[in-house]
Amino acid sequence: MELFVFVCAAIMVLVGALGVVLRSNPVHAALSMILTLFGVAVLFVAREANFLAAVQVIVYAGAIVVLFLFVIMLLGVDRAEDLRTEPLGNVQRPLALVLGIGMFALLTTAVVRSRDSLRFKGDGVKTATLEDADGNIRQIARSIFGDYVVAFELTSVLLIVAVVGTVVLARRRKSERTAS
Amino acid sequence: MITAAVVPTTTWYLVLAAGLFAIGMIGVLVRRNPLIMFMCIELMLNAVNLTFVALATELTDINGQTAVFFVLVVAAAEVVVGLGIIVSIMRRRQQATADDLAALKG
Repeated sequence: MELFVFVCAAIMVLVGALGVVLRSNPVHAALSMILTLFGVAVLFVAREANFLAAVQVIVYAGAIVVLFLFVIMLLGVDRAEDLRTEPLGNVQRPLALVLGIGMFALLTTAVVRSRDSLRFKGDGVKTATLEDADGNIRQIARSIFGDYVVAFELTSVLLIVAVVGTVVLARRRKSERTAS
Repeated sequence: MITAAVVPTTTWYLVLAAGLFAIGMIGVLVRRNPLIMFMCIELMLNAVNLTFVALATELTDINGQTAVFFVLVVAAAEVVVGLGIIVSIMRRRQQATADDLAALKG
């Protein structure tokens, strides 16, 4: 059963990722990305990170992809583009492919070779059971609001800066408004 | 013939994450549409998140899942700023590709 879930989720992830890279229409690429994000959420559940799976669906699929789609529609770039434009001549694509496969080989080698060195053990990860349904959430909360509370406060500062910066960036300047 | 004894180990998850990362990297290198390049960066962030969660379970350490939480927050902030920049560029020049954006001032 675990194997079945893993294989299905892996196929979702890889097909979605290939869709993002290969589809010429940006809307299709965004929808393919949703497939990938759901596959990753399923893998999170399989790894018993239930809270993160929910956050993954809500934040990524619910907010970030919708933001992408919103921008695509707003800018009106939802036409299929010509994928054959190759600004750097004909070497760019093979080079990128070689680099990508090389990266995959490198990472796989590192993962496989370092398999036996994974000996460090932490304090344990609580998983959801019938008696203790929110054990995972409580454990993460204790970690975020206990050990990492300073980092948590800094992320709130980061979010405020990002929102203010976006408002400044996307605002129409006065000269533009009078010109148009 | 798949036997019931085969259970996906942490290595499988890590290899899958490596594949996702490589696909995202190829996408950033190949595509010229800034929006698609952004999506490929999100794919790479997801690969890293998957690695974090897989290792958090393997090493029984909740801090891996905490790290994923922070990556999510930073990714959201990054998308907001990046899309703001893309909107302000595209408003001036429709059909701008990443190669047209050599100058900071649009």
